[in-house]
Amino acid sequence: MAAVTGAERPPPAAARVSGRRPGGRRRGGGGVVAVAALAVLAVVFTYPLVWMVGASLKPRAEVFDGSPWPSTFVWHNYVTVFREIPLLTWLLNTGAVAAAAAVTVTASSALVAFAFAFLRFPGRELLFGLVLATMMLPAAVTLIPTYAIWEAMGLTGTQVPLWAGNLFGSAFYVFLLRQFFLTLPPELLDAGRVDGLGHLGLFRHVVLPLSRPALVISLVFELRASWTDLLKPLVYLQEPHLFTLPRGLKVVLDRFGQGGEMRWDLVLAANVLATVPMVLLFFAAQRYFVQGIATTGSR
Amino acid sequence: MSRRSALRRAEARAALGFLSPWLVGFAVFTAGPLLASLWLSFTSYDAIGEPRWVGADNYRELARDPLVLKSLGNTLFYTVLHVPLTMALALGLASLLVAAGRWGPLFRTVFYVPAVTPPVAVGVLFLLLLNGQSGLVNRALRLFGVDGPQWTSDPAWIKPGIVLMGLWSFGTTLVIYYAALRNVPEQLYEAARLDGANAWQRFRHVTLPMISGALFFTLVVNTIASFQVFAEVYTMYFGTARTSAGAEEGLFYVVYLFRQAFEFLDMGYASALAWLLFLVILLVTLAQVRLSRRFVHYEGRR
Repeated sequence: MAAVTGAERPPPAAARVSGRRPGGRRRGGGGVVAVAALAVLAVVFTYPLVWMVGASLKPRAEVFDGSPWPSTFVWHNYVTVFREIPLLTWLLNTGAVAAAAAVTVTASSALVAFAFAFLRFPGRELLFGLVLATMMLPAAVTLIPTYAIWEAMGLTGTQVPLWAGNLFGSAFYVFLLRQFFLTLPPELLDAGRVDGLGHLGLFRHVVLPLSRPALVISLVFELRASWTDLLKPLVYLQEPHLFTLPRGLKVVLDRFGQGGEMRWDLVLAANVLATVPMVLLFFAAQRYFVQGIATTGSR
Repeated sequence: MSRRSALRRAEARAALGFLSPWLVGFAVFTAGPLLASLWLSFTSYDAIGEPRWVGADNYRELARDPLVLKSLGNTLFYTVLHVPLTMALALGLASLLVAAGRWGPLFRTVFYVPAVTPPVAVGVLFLLLLNGQSGLVNRALRLFGVDGPQWTSDPAWIKPGIVLMGLWSFGTTLVIYYAALRNVPEQLYEAARLDGANAWQRFRHVTLPMISGALFFTLVVNTIASFQVFAEVYTMYFGTARTSAGAEEGLFYVVYLFRQAFEFLDMGYASALAWLLFLVILLVTLAQVRLSRRFVHYEGRR
């Protein structure tokens, strides 16, 4: 994981003396060209989002004029959108479901990862292979029987199926947390054992406190996954007052957008409100996102 | 001796405790449903009554149903374009990020933002961006004198439009490549330069082998994800304002599966669709793993 931040470290003295830091050939004149090219591409890639925010503040007739800048700012679009659709309820629903999903999956996956990282038991490698294999299993294959399970428990039509499966851990986070646990210095665990801590004590008082970055990675990844998911809310929720934002947004699009009242200003306002929390989460927890991706990508 | 084995047994018991959430979850939410869906694929089941055994009827229907072929074709079209284009774009931009030195992480942040945008919001946004008359994509093309197609209504251009949308969220692949490229030891480049290798040769014989692990990982993960595209296309082309062109060309495999299961309540048939998808993904992944062996072997030989 240290490699992720490698290039931000100061160059070794020897490299400075020779006038060439690691990666030096990639800098100088080439660096300017690269930065310029990236700046152009960055504008291309972010323009849609900038336009989305701008268009959400435009008078209705201007939405499609191509400019990201409204001639007059219609802040009222956001008042209207809250008045016409239960956006506040959806925001709160999404937040609650995402929080429950993130906390449960992190807690349960950490327990499982602890066993794979620190305990010896017969069949450990085989079982861990099985964990990795389930990551490759397409969600669509288990979707229908899983629905039948929640249906049999009388829980379809509630928000419970959106997060309760996370109580049992998830292969991706088990893998992520195990990789991190394995980097902890063994001396610290030994010290804990000498102090008379059992396995649960080691888990709670040594491993968890030292693994805060990995736990945060797990939390933010699942917050994002749950916040943005459409499939589960589409399958399990029928009543609008239980909707999460993606589920609600689809209804808004169908009702106010195409084929509906053509109120794209309102559709875009709802779109912005669904997107902004994720962008904020990303900026706040950027380093964790990057670390998490780099960890999974380097296996 | 016996004390040690007693300790070992105690440790295994503790492990069982720690593992229990996953063991229960695996049995109830993975292995159980996997087998159950295989069984359901041989039944007629509407989620209300009891499943009724119908033998291989669903699979016979699968072979006859033109929409299976259509949705599988749409999904393959997308996958075959999306995966290599995403990898190429991400590798190109990751190289630029490395070349930009200390500015790299800043741009990495910018390019990752689309990847945190909810897929439904991406679908809504691209419905507007790709609009033939007033969308930003065609406005941009017009700047270069190109008259852009009707991305969202011309059957020939709906899938390319979806491919374009998929490219926008390439941030995860980019972050992986950027990290991989920065892990390539500088000495290897120095040595290659001393040997007189030009830029292309250094890329071909140093960079590519050194990041082959990341390339393989993203190939597999992006392929599996491409086969399961759902939210963006469903948002754009299914709902109250469905057009016949959108419903046909935007009918991706998981969209079709979802509609069979939860709109037409034909869950037996949808289970057969699910198993076909499972087998296709399994075969493609195994083929990629085989391919990667050569890859890895090659790297070892260098």
